[in-house]
Amino acid sequence: MLDLSVSSLFAILVSAILVNNFVLSRFLGICPFLGVSKQVETAFGMGMAVTFVMSLASIITFVVQNYILDPLGLQYMQTIMFILVIASLVQFVEMVIQKTSPALYQSLGVFLPLITTNCAVLGLTILNIQENYNIVETIVHAIGAAVGFSLAIVLFAAIREKLEIANVPQPFKGFPIALLTAGLMSLAFLGFSGLV
Amino acid sequence: MNISDVIYPVVSLGGLGLLFGGGLAFASQKFAVKVDPLILQVNDALPGVNCGACGYPGCSSFAKAVVEEVAAVDGCPVGGKSTAEEVAKVMGVEVSVGERQVAKVICNADNKKAKEDFDYQGIVDCKAASKFNGGSKSCNYGCLGLATCVRECPVDAIHITNNKIAKVDPDLCISCEKCVKVCPKNVIDMVPESQEVVITCKNEEKGKIARQKCDVACIGCQICVKSCPFDAIDFENNLAFIDYDKCTNCHVCVEKCPTHAIEGDINNRKKAEILQNKCIKCNICAKACPVDAIEGEVKEKHLVHQDQCIGCSVCAEKCPKDAIEMKKRK
Repeated sequence: MLDLSVSSLFAILVSAILVNNFVLSRFLGICPFLGVSKQVETAFGMGMAVTFVMSLASIITFVVQNYILDPLGLQYMQTIMFILVIASLVQFVEMVIQKTSPALYQSLGVFLPLITTNCAVLGLTILNIQENYNIVETIVHAIGAAVGFSLAIVLFAAIREKLEIANVPQPFKGFPIALLTAGLMSLAFLGFSGLV
Repeated sequence: MNISDVIYPVVSLGGLGLLFGGGLAFASQKFAVKVDPLILQVNDALPGVNCGACGYPGCSSFAKAVVEEVAAVDGCPVGGKSTAEEVAKVMGVEVSVGERQVAKVICNADNKKAKEDFDYQGIVDCKAASKFNGGSKSCNYGCLGLATCVRECPVDAIHITNNKIAKVDPDLCISCEKCVKVCPKNVIDMVPESQEVVITCKNEEKGKIARQKCDVACIGCQICVKSCPFDAIDFENNLAFIDYDKCTNCHVCVEKCPTHAIEGDINNRKKAEILQNKCIKCNICAKACPVDAIEGEVKEKHLVHQDQCIGCSVCAEKCPKDAIEMKKRK
């Protein structure tokens, strides 16, 4: 039956947030990481949207994998199936939010379509299957990954806000210095390896 | 090969696709949010840049405000005339809009032409620099060239030249006026797009002081005011300024200004040319010409003296037969 030992779940959570941070260690979801990180506020909105989608997508892909793909021996269809699931899910979520909570839609709305084909979400769902996680572990891993993503993008946005007014040499202005910063952040997160 | 190898993937993927598709179709009905169709139509008519120049957080909120009749139909400075007309059409009202306005830096004093009082090494930002004794430029009215407007511009229409002064690319400018608002020196103005002659100085100090500080300052000599054939230049606070409604871009002031504080390329000056096949030799143009550049009496052949013509277009406007064409000199 389900293995619910708290310590192993905690290990999965910490590992997903810090050690194997999706952006800074696995290099997934770089597009929104660089694209939506000019302001802390929008970065936070993006982080929340990703958290939402990652949690839901993990649960549904888990069901799809275990009750459709595995029994029929269709593991090779995994990628296309998961993309289908995630894309429709995001669309559905967007509609529901628009109807039920216009305020939340205002803050999340613009980011949701961006996540439709985000590789971090697809990567997460495939990793869940590869690691043979059960449903509880899957959810914990998804939350960890999403928190890790949010953490990275909010930190990065905060640094970029400071960089805006810093005296950066002309050739490094704008994206070059942002990419360097991302690299240095990645190095810093490398320090967490061996933690779990 | 087993037939189920083909059937299973097709059925499962197709089935899931159908399920999700149906689900989404159902959801779009069930969770449909009623939006006033007018808002959508107005939104379609807008440029969709979401720059916020109208004072609303984006095109869709502006569209909503227009439909609720809170905002004016011509409230979008980016779309200009065509957009305002389209929005007005959707709303069923009349609108009249002037020419497209573009941002213009009213200062030509780069670091070669204006003196620096000190070597500023603080934060590279005009707002920060202007807090520090008004910036390093000796003229307190000039462009500091530290790119605050460049960073504000949503369409990259402004850049800093090698000589440290901001320049706006009028083709790229979307008239959002963000740079006008952000500039701590108030040195950016909105100028009609077709305006070629612009006084590029804001210095309100006495001529002697202005001249000491900058090579291209308006020194208040009022030669332009006197020389303008159309009374389009006024003088106030030691500074000349052009009434763009009256100005005909004749470039006379550009030629006369002793400090070259009036910008305008004399090579862009247009020249009147009489189309002899249309001309009825009525002499109206010759009478209207402010510089007597048109030769010919009634019922005689009319000719424009190209070296005297200042390209003001007065004759072309007066001609009853549209027989005068304004052409750019090659």
